[in-house]
Amino acid sequence: MLKESFRMSISNILSNKMRSFLTILGIIIGVMAIIALITVMESATGEVTAQFESLGTGKLTIQASGTPLKRGLSEKDLNDIAALENVEGYSPTLSKTLHVVHQGHVVEDVTIKGYSHDYFRRESDSIARGRPILPADSENRSRVCLIDSDLAAAAFSGVDPIGQEILINGMRFSIVGLLADPEVDDVFSQMQMMGENGSLIIPHATYMRVFGVKGVTSLEVYAKDPDNMSTLTEELETLLDAAFNYKDDSYSIINMESLLSVMDTMMDLMTNLLVGIASIALLVGGIGIMNMMLVSVTERTSEIGLRKALGARPRSIQVQFLMESVILSLLGGAIGVALGEVVSVILSDVMSIAFVFSPGAVALGVSFSLAVGVIFGWAPARKASNLNPIDALRSM
Amino acid sequence: MNSLFFRMTDICKSYWMGDEWSPVLKNIDLTIQEGEFLSVLGPSGSGKSTLMNIIGCLDTPTSGEYILHGRRVDDLDADELSQIRNKEIGFIFQSFQLLPRQDALSNVELPLIYAGMPQHKRRERAAEMLERVGLADKMYHRPNQLSGGQQQRVAIARALATNPTILLADEPTGALDQKTGRQVMELFHELHDEGRTIIMITHDRAIAQNASRMVRILDGEISEGVADDA
Repeated sequence: MLKESFRMSISNILSNKMRSFLTILGIIIGVMAIIALITVMESATGEVTAQFESLGTGKLTIQASGTPLKRGLSEKDLNDIAALENVEGYSPTLSKTLHVVHQGHVVEDVTIKGYSHDYFRRESDSIARGRPILPADSENRSRVCLIDSDLAAAAFSGVDPIGQEILINGMRFSIVGLLADPEVDDVFSQMQMMGENGSLIIPHATYMRVFGVKGVTSLEVYAKDPDNMSTLTEELETLLDAAFNYKDDSYSIINMESLLSVMDTMMDLMTNLLVGIASIALLVGGIGIMNMMLVSVTERTSEIGLRKALGARPRSIQVQFLMESVILSLLGGAIGVALGEVVSVILSDVMSIAFVFSPGAVALGVSFSLAVGVIFGWAPARKASNLNPIDALRSM
Repeated sequence: MNSLFFRMTDICKSYWMGDEWSPVLKNIDLTIQEGEFLSVLGPSGSGKSTLMNIIGCLDTPTSGEYILHGRRVDDLDADELSQIRNKEIGFIFQSFQLLPRQDALSNVELPLIYAGMPQHKRRERAAEMLERVGLADKMYHRPNQLSGGQQQRVAIARALATNPTILLADEPTGALDQKTGRQVMELFHELHDEGRTIIMITHDRAIAQNASRMVRILDGEISEGVADDA
């Protein structure tokens, strides 16, 4: 019986191709929008999460503007921080843009960064060749540097830069290593590379002496135990409150992971909002199906009467019409899912984010369209099943 | 058993016309023997359509007793009536009532679907019935590819498909010309000769006279035979 209903429904849908298509257009658009929105949002969330994670977990960033009397963190403060129980290490993130000179050739707009040896211990894959900054370099304020490929190209065309010397602020620095190009071309690494002609990294202690920096205003602190960030935060707060004489707004501690979870929540909210809006299209599509089914019931009144005269039970008629609306809306759902995936791939490409197939979105699209078919097909099917066969036959 | 093949006793049917009951059928008594070919002759408005609906179990009487094939059918619900129509009644309509998008074979199959017969058996049975009415070569034609007479024969094949107790024909020649109407009547005679029970409702006296027995309905009352002035 179900097989027969299915066959009859298909034949009826196919005999009204244009009308069936227009009817399911609303469903197609609704499901397409839902699929595309969810997939793109999930892909974007994944992308941004990956970028945040590439910045490193298990690490806190301290922004210390300090007080009028004390700008930033002093060397003593840094030593105190390093001595904390949960601190594995730290690295200031100092930077400025300056020209450098190599054999009388001036390279303008180079970003000079001052990082610690702890930075390289954590980010060991940031070096392509050569050696990192070592604890001894920090201690001795050695004049060593690592340069990136852009600067290598600008200053040493073709010559191996390792072992060469370069003038920074009029002082001689020897190049000990070559930095790796960042893997992902993400916003954060772009932000870090402000200089047009590349960048180089020197030990932070050297940086502070060479440029006369007394206070560090931006510092990364690495945790011993990445799962115990709150203890580390408390320890730092106690220390920094004392260091800045309990003055308000003298510093802030930024935890990337807490930012990440805030962003996740916002993305979720955004997705739900957009899906809510897209559901309106689905609702309108459902009304379209209901309208078409009601027209169909009216048009086929005599057919319904005949079927009843030949022995169709009210239930069989109801199943047949319900089946028709469910097939219609599922068909719309299937087309919508396919188009939604296509749109997602195109949008991901345009927004240059990695496309991530979302099975959840497909399941949602299919179940939404199924629900629409049942809910909006119910009333017309009921109407058809309740037709009086005598009246129905007479309507010929 | 034979006496209870078809018996209507004191059947009344009234419709509520807003302020009063209007009787359409008044105390109908009708008994039919198995294998009879009965025609019910009456002008429009005589109540013959209402009588046909009750005989065909499309409607239930207001009062009275109706026994069909040994079973009381005057107070059944919609589901049970559907089953009775499927098993006991073979409808033949004036306007054929074929599904326009289905071929002849599928049209004949239709009542068998509702009888729950599996597909291969249905096809076999439908083909057999089409052969019986002389349309073996038109099985895959759609109604619009068939003449009026051929369409009515498809409808007759459909009526025969479930091997019903009675064939119930409502103005079977009403939409046909004289010649094809006669051919359809010849087919009715053949079916009667095979032992089928046929009830034919018509306003056309010449057609009614094809039957072996005639009753006349006028103003909701039934009388045996036909008065000369009818």
